[in-house]
Amino acid sequence: MALSEHIQTIKELAAKLDRTVRVMEVCGTHTMTAFRSGLRSLLPENVLLISGPGCPVCVTSDRFIDHAITLSRIPGMTIATFGDMLCVPGTESSLEKERADGASIKIIYSPADALNEAVKHPENKVIFLGIGFETTAPTVAWTIKKAAEKRVSNYMVLCGHKTIPPAMEALLRGGDTMIDGFMCPGHVSAIIGFRVYAFISRNHRIPCVVTGFEPIDMILAIEMILTQIVEGRAEVENQYTRGVTAEGNVSALAMINGVFEECDSEWRGLGVIPSSGLAIRKDFSKYDAEISYPAPELPEPYRERLCICGDILRGVKTPIECGLFRNQCTPATPAGACMVSSEGTCAAYYKYSLRQAD
Amino acid sequence: MKPKTEHGEVILLSHGGGGIRTKQLISKIILARLGNSILEKLDDSACLSIPESELAFTTDSYVIDPIFFPGGDIGKLAVCGTINDLAMQGAEPRYLSLGLILEEGFPLTDFERIIESVASAVDQTGVKIVAGDTKVVEHGKGNNIFINTAGIGIRHPDTDVHISNAQPGDTVIISGTIGDHGAAVMSERLQLENCLTSDTAGLWPMISSLLQNVPDIHCLRDPTRGGLATALCDIAEASGAGIRIKESSIPTKRETRGICELLGLDILNVANEGKALVICGQSETNKTFESLRSHPLGKDAAIIGRITEQHPGMVLLETVPGGERIIETPMGEDLPRIC
Repeated sequence: MALSEHIQTIKELAAKLDRTVRVMEVCGTHTMTAFRSGLRSLLPENVLLISGPGCPVCVTSDRFIDHAITLSRIPGMTIATFGDMLCVPGTESSLEKERADGASIKIIYSPADALNEAVKHPENKVIFLGIGFETTAPTVAWTIKKAAEKRVSNYMVLCGHKTIPPAMEALLRGGDTMIDGFMCPGHVSAIIGFRVYAFISRNHRIPCVVTGFEPIDMILAIEMILTQIVEGRAEVENQYTRGVTAEGNVSALAMINGVFEECDSEWRGLGVIPSSGLAIRKDFSKYDAEISYPAPELPEPYRERLCICGDILRGVKTPIECGLFRNQCTPATPAGACMVSSEGTCAAYYKYSLRQAD
Repeated sequence: MKPKTEHGEVILLSHGGGGIRTKQLISKIILARLGNSILEKLDDSACLSIPESELAFTTDSYVIDPIFFPGGDIGKLAVCGTINDLAMQGAEPRYLSLGLILEEGFPLTDFERIIESVASAVDQTGVKIVAGDTKVVEHGKGNNIFINTAGIGIRHPDTDVHISNAQPGDTVIISGTIGDHGAAVMSERLQLENCLTSDTAGLWPMISSLLQNVPDIHCLRDPTRGGLATALCDIAEASGAGIRIKESSIPTKRETRGICELLGLDILNVANEGKALVICGQSETNKTFESLRSHPLGKDAAIIGRITEQHPGMVLLETVPGGERIIETPMGEDLPRIC
């Protein structure tokens, strides 16, 4: 079937429902694909695609960013980070501003580059900002294991990794989020498998479809979710069969479990979610920046009074409902993380909403 | 203890001191390859006789890293980039200045290689380098070499290709595949093996031929930093018109798309250094398209959209799946994403 035929099927399914249906995606790459393909403009009016807390940068707390900033100010310290983190505003500064002030901030593409930086420059300490979900965590775990193997004593990780399923459940337990279906993140699911989502369908009666990253994948997933809703089913289905299996990537999971353990984690907009984070195990404590450089007194996090990033991340409000949106808060002058990150809901809406305002 | 490199093999601070070492550097390397009757005078200023009265004048600085990349280097870029800025005004490039800031310790063999590239680019395009300057900064305070080039071109008084001229009904044409330069440089920076090469090229021959075939071209713009997205947004903003682009019509190389996908970059935002965006009246579409296609630099030219009176000042993309989204000027650095 051609893509247009699937769109037509979506319209026919939506017409059978006498209400608005909200499908939530919880993956920054889904947010970007939806934006780049203009996916929302193809959907019927009563099918809303909501962006949830799937952008690892957006859900990183002020405390983590402020801690990273204080670390960057230590003489002889290099902070290695994924590019997305560079411009995220902390309470008083950002890594971009610290770099302009002389801090050594290295943008890396792969965590292995961060470890290589430490190996190449034994005279410096290198701290890698470990941000990301289960897709990224195995590679970061690998660097810690490698550092231990090769006795690289100047490499550490400030661990801010989070896991997706607990956040999905927290959204549902919260009560105010109206979600009729989940588009489950394809690459996270490639690691953790799709069986893990069974509790959502079983306990909350919500369809879950593991989804790939091409526009056609997302369109097919929406069709599968709507089909379940029309048929009164709530099951876990796998649209991304070319990348995801029921049990996931066993080696990657072993890598994660060998280096990390579950911990509670603070999610911007969602608060502390139990067992939703990863912490470095005691065996590898010498690579844990939180232990070697615990956070000193940090500035009191400043919340721009009108910033509703939290509501947006939970999917209860859209950026258009934020008083700062497109006024004080723009990609050039972001008030919150959702606008800073290129995967953030507000950044994506900033472009799309200009058209809707016509 | 011997230094790691022999003296004379690298740039030293004294090469920028204005004394004998500077003179030797200029005569042995720069004049040897770039010399002409004006430059060889080594006057404080080049005196130029330009009977035509309509001039275009531009300047650009080049700080690219790495300085050598597949398809070119900073020297070739410094000549072509400034030539293209003149070409985009419909001006025939005539004279360039060459300002060099070298870092102490920069290998002379690399410097010679870059001057050779400058010379090749100059030879191919027929411009003359008539003025220059050489400075050296301490080790660690440069990035091997920075270059500034300023350029003068001659413009026909009737030529007006300013980006404010776009009108509803006009056709939007790109002269070839997009994103190749930025993707090639990024690959080199990240040491990713592929067969990408930068598209760095001087566009004046193609543009000159175009303006002879179609004197009434409305707008010219080269989509350099910020990619096709920025160039389109500049045109929309300057002209106040709307622009509608068909994503499926934009020519791209598979390898460039691959690198952009791998790094999470939007290909529309990735730099080009040998492409032109051409806006022409609807009735001139075929002549414009054929003229571009008949030149080697325009062999992959494609009609990608049109100017519209709807959504003034805004650029809309009809996406491959059939949706619609806004194209916007990118914020700044295009950084590889986490996932």
